[in-house]
Amino acid sequence: MTNSEKPKLAMYWSASCGGCEISVLNIHEKILTVDEVFDVAFFPCIADFKVKDVEAYPDDHITVCLWNGAIRNSEGEEMAHLLRKKSQFMVAFGSCAYEGCIPALSNLTSKEATFDTVYKNNPTLDNPKGFIPTTSVQVPEGELTIPEFYNTVKSLDQVVDVDYYLPGCPPEPHQIWAVLQVIVGALLEGAPLPPKGSIVGVTNVAVCEECDLKKDEKTITRFYRPYEIVPEASVCLLEQGLMCMGPATRGGCGALCPEVGIGCRGCYGPMPGVEDQGGKMLSAIASVIGAGDETMEDDELEREIQAVVDTIADPAGTFYRFSMAHSLLQRAKVNGSNGKGEAA
Amino acid sequence: MTEKNNNQEKVGVYVCHCGTNISKVVDVEEVAKWAGEQPNVEVSRDYKFMCSSLGQELIEQDIKEKGLTRIVCASCSPHMHEKTFRNACERAGLNPFLFEMTNIREHDSWITDDKHAATEKAKSLVRGSIDRVVHHEPLDEIPVEINPNTLVVGGGIAGITSALELADAGYHVYLVEREPSIGGHMAQLDKTFPTLDCSACILTPKMVDVGQHDNITLLTWSEVEKVDGYLGNFTVTVRKKARFVNEEHCTGCGICIEKCPFKEVDEVFEAGMGERKVIYRPFPQAVPKYPVIDKENCVYFKTGKCKACEKFCPTEPNSIDFEQEDEMLMLDVGNIILATGYDLFDAKKIPQYGYGKLDNVFTSLEFERMVNASGPTDGKIVLRDKESKPKSVAIVHCVGSRDENYNKYCSKVCCMYSLKFAHLVHERIPDAEIYDCYIDMRTPGKGYEEFYNRLLEEGTHFIRGKVAEITDAARIPEEEGKLIVQVEDTLIGRQRRVPVDMVILSPAMEARAGSKEVSQLFKMGCDFDGFFVERHPKLDPVATMTDGIYIAGACQGPKDVPESVVQGAAAAARVAGLISRGTVMMEPVRASIDQDACSGCKICNNMCPYNAITFHEDNEVSEVITALCQGCGTCVAACPSGVITGAHFTNEQLFSQIEGILWDVRPEKTIA
Repeated sequence: MTNSEKPKLAMYWSASCGGCEISVLNIHEKILTVDEVFDVAFFPCIADFKVKDVEAYPDDHITVCLWNGAIRNSEGEEMAHLLRKKSQFMVAFGSCAYEGCIPALSNLTSKEATFDTVYKNNPTLDNPKGFIPTTSVQVPEGELTIPEFYNTVKSLDQVVDVDYYLPGCPPEPHQIWAVLQVIVGALLEGAPLPPKGSIVGVTNVAVCEECDLKKDEKTITRFYRPYEIVPEASVCLLEQGLMCMGPATRGGCGALCPEVGIGCRGCYGPMPGVEDQGGKMLSAIASVIGAGDETMEDDELEREIQAVVDTIADPAGTFYRFSMAHSLLQRAKVNGSNGKGEAA
Repeated sequence: MTEKNNNQEKVGVYVCHCGTNISKVVDVEEVAKWAGEQPNVEVSRDYKFMCSSLGQELIEQDIKEKGLTRIVCASCSPHMHEKTFRNACERAGLNPFLFEMTNIREHDSWITDDKHAATEKAKSLVRGSIDRVVHHEPLDEIPVEINPNTLVVGGGIAGITSALELADAGYHVYLVEREPSIGGHMAQLDKTFPTLDCSACILTPKMVDVGQHDNITLLTWSEVEKVDGYLGNFTVTVRKKARFVNEEHCTGCGICIEKCPFKEVDEVFEAGMGERKVIYRPFPQAVPKYPVIDKENCVYFKTGKCKACEKFCPTEPNSIDFEQEDEMLMLDVGNIILATGYDLFDAKKIPQYGYGKLDNVFTSLEFERMVNASGPTDGKIVLRDKESKPKSVAIVHCVGSRDENYNKYCSKVCCMYSLKFAHLVHERIPDAEIYDCYIDMRTPGKGYEEFYNRLLEEGTHFIRGKVAEITDAARIPEEEGKLIVQVEDTLIGRQRRVPVDMVILSPAMEARAGSKEVSQLFKMGCDFDGFFVERHPKLDPVATMTDGIYIAGACQGPKDVPESVVQGAAAAARVAGLISRGTVMMEPVRASIDQDACSGCKICNNMCPYNAITFHEDNEVSEVITALCQGCGTCVAACPSGVITGAHFTNEQLFSQIEGILWDVRPEKTIA
């Protein structure tokens, strides 16, 4: 650890998979430039730092903190507050920090139900006494504590003030590099920074614009899961019944997934001005479902439509895969431990 | 009244008492006082009648004197007075779209007696409007030119009236009728109540007028297939079905009909009571005069042999054209009047009345044909054997109407036509006994009650009660060979079994089968019973919620002839008004696509009911053609990228309104 005048970089993770760290390293040889420009002040994934090191820093000591991960427990929350205090720029890095991502899908259920699945009712478990973690336990040596697991997963900005957002699961290396360049440019050459709150490393047009597949008007009579069909090359996947979030997702990734025959998962988040990416996609899907016709009685038509809708696997997990914490829903109201979403 | 200064938008809030319509439940003074304390509100008032001149002047004065930039009026439904208040804003120099109306009458005071809850709801709704209106943007109305041609669908008395009114006013009309002749149900009737005019005698002159009018293009044996466009500029696709008769050469001499060797039961015009030839005119006075070949039953079409009609056709060149095909016509019209009429309730649906099983149970339309001098029995009232005169006749009201099992509504005309039947039986068979079974006798109308009195004097036996059953199962010798009408006579409190020779059922008028599809074709509403929905049941009975589409006659609900005529004329007057204005201003509530943000995903392109979305192949983005857009919002909802905006219904406006409505229950930004 040095005390040079170089800007200080930190990267920390909370509820996440670690892919975001890897994606930072995945900028290849440019990581050397990062090392040249920055001093690493805190980056537990790649170097040994302790929390007390951070606590010892003066406020705003860290220039840029790349935070990846959603806030799932008290440790994440504490660290978010600590790093916010010690950093000039707090960047919500990756989908979990930006909008909750996969961890936030557990907002559709309760903490108790999650624990049930993880610690009790799981075929790979052997937990006859039904132990579940508690925040504090007495052992002969004294009290052991672990962080408290919260009922609701939050995005970073639902806990602390965030300066920039860099979406993606994970963010694409060229976009990471582009964002770092902007920050470096600002620090070294006084170039202007984007306004606070900006979503960076993205375009303002949906993924479809970057996708080369041929698009036509859509009428979808059933949906397929990726293993069920071999999509016709060069034709819009959505038209072929493969769920593709491309039209509801902000571009910037280069349409990597659809171009290799996998529907866009939606990790770059909603388009500017859209409050609820999942809702928007649902509304679009409802508009292009082709079922029945106007001569049908309402109940018959309803059945026809329902039959098409039933071919959509896991709608909540599909439409809100990345955006649950940030959506209008934010979480389901659940009653007690069954996690079935009964009225609270 | 509360006032305060604010340096952003200056909102004026006006809370209407609506006499006591609102103020008897909502504490309007409290709502106005509270509204004055809300963000951006400059002035807040309550007033007895905001829609009065004085109420409107309040708004105008405040805009001028206090420099208000936004107006909220909490009163009735925007259907009633949105225009009134928008005009008031405009007169004071404020763009009319910087106004927002809050409905605290239909949505609040009229639906509860709970004063506290109603007042709280009024506050919520008002706050929603305040928070919405600050995001409003000034919009300019869009001028639309009205094509002076009009389409009238349906050639019954309502449609005929509309067509003639407009044609006589000098405007061109396309009259589309799906049967081979115009005339509708009225052409099937013998007499009209209560004056007992000969129905055909008063109708046929009008039919002839239609046929000969320079301003009417008559398209019979034709159906509307597709409707595109909007008020002033509809394009209608009409299928002109093949008649197999060349209208240019045919003189209507009728020799082909005479010579055609084959007959079919006429289920349509003669209601199954008579036969017609396979090449036919529904009735002698049909307009147009050209016959039509019933392709399904024509022996030539089935076997390739016959051609009797062609052989005997005297015209040169021959008018019979077996090669004729359906023709598709594209009509450009500015307005459309729907006068598609009604169907008669299928009496077979009530098995205990025996229609279809018991020979001498007739429906009203069958009886109309029977008593008609040019009908299948030459006007003689006879039993199904076409010979025997009935000595006793029962008439059954409310068949399929005022009945929880079928139609709950009163079909309105049945009492009067049932009385007419009773009179006609008295007239033709003076010694016949007539039993008229009714639930309530409903005879409101000029001369109608007098007609009822006349029937009382003519000796009809009126039995007040709903008929339970009509059967031929005799219990006593007097009932043998008769139809027995089982009915509770509620006036004497006794069950009666009335043996008669003939029963006439008076079935309800129902919406046309397929009226739902028709309503979808013309993009307007139809109610649960299938009748088309008027814009306002009291004050706008012939307009629909779709601009440029009008309704007249029984397609809107059961109606007799004079009412249908009134509606036909009213619809024509509405259309004529628009045509004479030439240009009308349309709401600027239109969708637009952000050309920089559209990804060209093509979700929206086949959504638009008005075909207003076009795709630019060069830069691969979609665009809404403003002139075609009707502001329905379908594409706005469908766009997954959120780059289509509906003017006056932006996300910001709607979310602000929702948050405003939830002002007292909004959760904190972070949740547990």
